[in-house]
Amino acid sequence: MDLKDLYQDVIVDHNRSPRNFRRIADASRTLEGFNPLCGDKLTLYLKLDGDRISDLSFEGSGCAISVASASLMTERVKGKTVREAEHLFDRMHDLLTRDNVNADLEPLGKLAVLSGVREYPSRVKCATLCWHTLKNVLEHPGNPPVSTE
Amino acid sequence: MSARHDRLRKLAAVAAGFDALRWRRDFPVLWQRVHGKPLVYLDNAATSQKPQVVIDAISGYYRKLNSNVHRGVHHLSELATEAFEGAREKARHFIHAATVREIVFVRGATEAINLVAQSYGRSRFKAGDEIILSEMEHHSNIVPWQLLCEQTGAVLRVIPITDAGELEPGACEKLFTSRTRFLALAHVSNALGTINPVKDMIACAHEHNVPVLLDGAQAVPHLPVDVHELGCDFYAFSGHKMFGPTGIGVLYGREALLQDMPPWQGGGDMIRVVRFDKTFYNDLPYKFEAGTPDIAGAIGLGAAVDYLEHIGMPAIEAYERQLLAYGTEQLQRVKGLKLVGTAREKAGVLSFSVDGIHPHDLGTIVDREGVAIRTGHHCAMPVMERFHVPATARASLAFYNTREDLDALVRAVGKAHQVFL
Repeated sequence: MDLKDLYQDVIVDHNRSPRNFRRIADASRTLEGFNPLCGDKLTLYLKLDGDRISDLSFEGSGCAISVASASLMTERVKGKTVREAEHLFDRMHDLLTRDNVNADLEPLGKLAVLSGVREYPSRVKCATLCWHTLKNVLEHPGNPPVSTE
Repeated sequence: MSARHDRLRKLAAVAAGFDALRWRRDFPVLWQRVHGKPLVYLDNAATSQKPQVVIDAISGYYRKLNSNVHRGVHHLSELATEAFEGAREKARHFIHAATVREIVFVRGATEAINLVAQSYGRSRFKAGDEIILSEMEHHSNIVPWQLLCEQTGAVLRVIPITDAGELEPGACEKLFTSRTRFLALAHVSNALGTINPVKDMIACAHEHNVPVLLDGAQAVPHLPVDVHELGCDFYAFSGHKMFGPTGIGVLYGREALLQDMPPWQGGGDMIRVVRFDKTFYNDLPYKFEAGTPDIAGAIGLGAAVDYLEHIGMPAIEAYERQLLAYGTEQLQRVKGLKLVGTAREKAGVLSFSVDGIHPHDLGTIVDREGVAIRTGHHCAMPVMERFHVPATARASLAFYNTREDLDALVRAVGKAHQVFL
């Protein structure tokens, strides 16, 4: 497997210029996620409009995989309902952790660029950190920070 | 200054005759290819590789001697006991302890430090007593003391470090008070490579009647260690960082101190007589070795000591010093690379960050080139905080590494630049 399958152009681009990389001053919920193994740290800001995630952003520092994954996630999840976001979490989780090479990547769209991570077991947690943080903040708004270790 | 110069010149002369490739052939794991590239193993501070003689000693024990120690009168038990106690004598000789009664086998440096905290500290320290350690300690020389503080009400005092990664000069003296009870300090820092001026620190502590524990896990693979000359009260190290197996390590303690300390774990082997009304403990060092020990591990460690003494620790120190200087010079030429830890006296470690590339990505990319390094906080989160980095990449050396290994690292970092350009 070539390194380029992991560090695809989209990932390199989202790492260099992360989208929605900002604080939401009047966020409905915020949550910190932390991966102590490599020091990846992110804060997720989420604004809810009824059942709809009207705005989603993040701040923090981490490796290219974790930053790109968070950037792609905010781009994708913004505007979705909580239910749709949870459904996306499940799809991403399958993509990154299950060994189903024939998975239908179509519904994931751009998020599918992260599929290369599966071949690098030590890096899966980098890509899932933001998603776990999102799931946590959706399910339990008052929870302590998420840790993927 | 001229004494230092003289020493450096002598070291250079020794290093010149060192044949790293010859020793490398003794390590079967290093003969392989990783991702189609020859393995370049630069993660020795995490764990070192094992020479064939160590592997043979362990398998030889299981093939020919396996039996419990200190118990049986039968032939195998006697042979196993002899081999196990022989390993203790080798460990004693390796660090120049006065007697084998001062050599306690433990699982590793971590367990050694926990033993001292719980046996020495818990029976003596009171609320408000102070324990000094440094900002560059490995978590294993922080957390056992924090647990002790929770149990006794003692408090930690921390020696800060400078931008170069050295102990703040004079800070230690300033930290000593009438309440100081203990100093616990890394001999060599695992995250920065700094060799601490431990002799001065010990002298300072002893002036205040404060005993000193040195965490020697990162020192024993790189430097000759003489606990007698250092004058430390406790010295902790692990077998697996010095080419021996995992699961075995040594706590050295001055006999008078160990004698006065209560056991910290109870069980077989650590007792002389057990009655329900009173139990009498065994002599040193067995008082601290409850249960069947890692016999094969100790024998493997003994073989590692023999191997290192055959090569010669002074030769290893001299060679690695040159290798480290070469690596430092080469890495400093890499675009955007910043070394973390630039102490004047260093051993074995090149910790660094590269602009625009997270250490974790760097680790993955260089791995694809066959180069094994560690990335992360190196179990020294306070060090990362001190240098305002989430993590670093760390190449750590052993005597089987060569300049070519460091060239491969530099090339691999170049690949990372390409990926992120």
